[in-house]
Amino acid sequence: MASSTQVAHGGATFRTNLATRRLKGALFVALGLAAVGIGLLTLLTLIIDVVVDAVPWLSWDFITSYPSRFAEESGIRAGLLGTVWLMALTILIALPLGVLSAVYLEEYAGDNRFTRFVQVNIANLAGVPSIVYGLLGLQIFVRMMRLERSLLAGALTMALLILPIIIVASREAIRAVPSSFRDASLALGATKWQTVRNHVLPYAFPGILTGNILAASRAIGETAPLLVIGALAYVATSPSGPLSRFTVLPIQIYNWTSLPQQDFHGLAAAGIVVLLAVLLTMNSIAIYLRQRLSRRY
Amino acid sequence: MSIVRGAETENQTREPRVTAPEGPQMVDGPATAGDIAQAKGATRRHEMPSDNVVVSAENFSLWYGSVRALTNVSLEIPRNKVTAIIGPSGCGKSTLLRSINRMNELIGNVRTEGKVLLEGRDVYGKDVDPVEVRRRVGMVFQKPNPFPRSIRDNVLYGAKINGYRGDYDQLVEQSLRQAALWDEVKGDLKKSGLALSGGQQQRLVIARAIAVAPEVLLMDEPASALDPIATLKIEDLMRELAENYTIVVVTHNMQQAARVSDYTAFMLSDEKTKGMLVEFGPTQQLFTAPQDKRTEDYITGRFG
Repeated sequence: MASSTQVAHGGATFRTNLATRRLKGALFVALGLAAVGIGLLTLLTLIIDVVVDAVPWLSWDFITSYPSRFAEESGIRAGLLGTVWLMALTILIALPLGVLSAVYLEEYAGDNRFTRFVQVNIANLAGVPSIVYGLLGLQIFVRMMRLERSLLAGALTMALLILPIIIVASREAIRAVPSSFRDASLALGATKWQTVRNHVLPYAFPGILTGNILAASRAIGETAPLLVIGALAYVATSPSGPLSRFTVLPIQIYNWTSLPQQDFHGLAAAGIVVLLAVLLTMNSIAIYLRQRLSRRY
Repeated sequence: MSIVRGAETENQTREPRVTAPEGPQMVDGPATAGDIAQAKGATRRHEMPSDNVVVSAENFSLWYGSVRALTNVSLEIPRNKVTAIIGPSGCGKSTLLRSINRMNELIGNVRTEGKVLLEGRDVYGKDVDPVEVRRRVGMVFQKPNPFPRSIRDNVLYGAKINGYRGDYDQLVEQSLRQAALWDEVKGDLKKSGLALSGGQQQRLVIARAIAVAPEVLLMDEPASALDPIATLKIEDLMRELAENYTIVVVTHNMQQAARVSDYTAFMLSDEKTKGMLVEFGPTQQLFTAPQDKRTEDYITGRFG
């Protein structure tokens, strides 16, 4: 071990203070660990609390039944199907739009005042409160396009909501593609599109998917914009197509928690567990796809 | 008129250079007697008949935005020869190289004046598609950049996108053989190109470039990221390829230029003139009897 003071060039000394420096490092690790611990503990408490409340109500019947004014007969079917439909439509709309926008902005659009303007605004849009998107959706999709209070109107609204997130994440992923691949492809006489299609997109796809997971996770828990465009709290039929009226899990859950009877609070907890399960399933599919695709390229 | 050189003579002429570098302060060291002896093997033809010119720059200038990078460059690159472009960092040699296949434009906001003729036709002409130019002018970059795909797919990529009609297996073998890589990889062509060593990757990239049958092969410091042994392999390969291809190579390494090239262009930038061609001629002449004082200063290491 070196002593804490050493004579160096020209007689100047170093006060290495190694012990203090190490201590600072250890302190930082402890702080970081504590921060992680607080987050994990909170999450764990929430999950345990919800699961304990939910267990008595979770059953196959709960999943296959429609809501009812009797707690024992109530189920989550309408909300579950509504959420699955809504998410599928939303991703179908938002993914191609978002990825195409990102590809255009990154690969084709030059760096000029217009693209910088677009860029700043997309970043800002990602921070706009979701209720504002609800109002926009109500005016444009529900009223002007006369889609009524349908799944499609809801999905279009949700697509608008998550589009900025998808675009920003996809651009990051595309920017991370090493330019040496682009150079190599172009130098062989590939067109811009061949280069994007064969190299940029495959390489960026895992990153793009990650962005979509984040965006979809945000959308699946959203309630406000759907309430504004008129999703229902009580639906006793399954959605039959994109133009059906609908409800979604968070709305159903919110509805149950606002009822005075204690039994419905248990139902709400069970609904939350189902929502978490849907979210996790969705994310696992995306992660699976990501692994498969990144291996193939 | 290509020069066939055995591996043994290569090594003999190289040896003294490795053990006794005479360069006073330059990293690369100046050209030595060995280099020049080697360069003497090059053709002595000074005047080139025009049908032996593949690429020629005519008063070519280039700007990145408002910054000038090349000033009135004129030179003629002879067929089936290795032409080296040397000069200090920032002298515009890479820019000149990338002007031949219009890769500079990818950076955006590039303006040119004058002409770069490929087989007599201006690659900057209004009716010329840069995509077509790039198929005809292959390029190898400083850092090996194989695609994260199999060796086979790497070689075939350019052929496939350009609508190659022919036997894929044959093209793969032929290209890899020409790039002196076939024997090392023939057992497992499905292996990822990224799993190869740096030198092998660079030869794979060369195979990929020649698979589209380019008329010119540009090399931008192709060996500067490689170890000395891999470097020698690339240099040998360049000599072999020169039998069938016209090669233009940018290099920081003057011994390398002396070893591999038939012709050498020396470029320089100063405050007044950015990216000018100082001297161009047969390698042997440029290294033994430079016409310009600045060339002499540079190759003897007295620069700056």
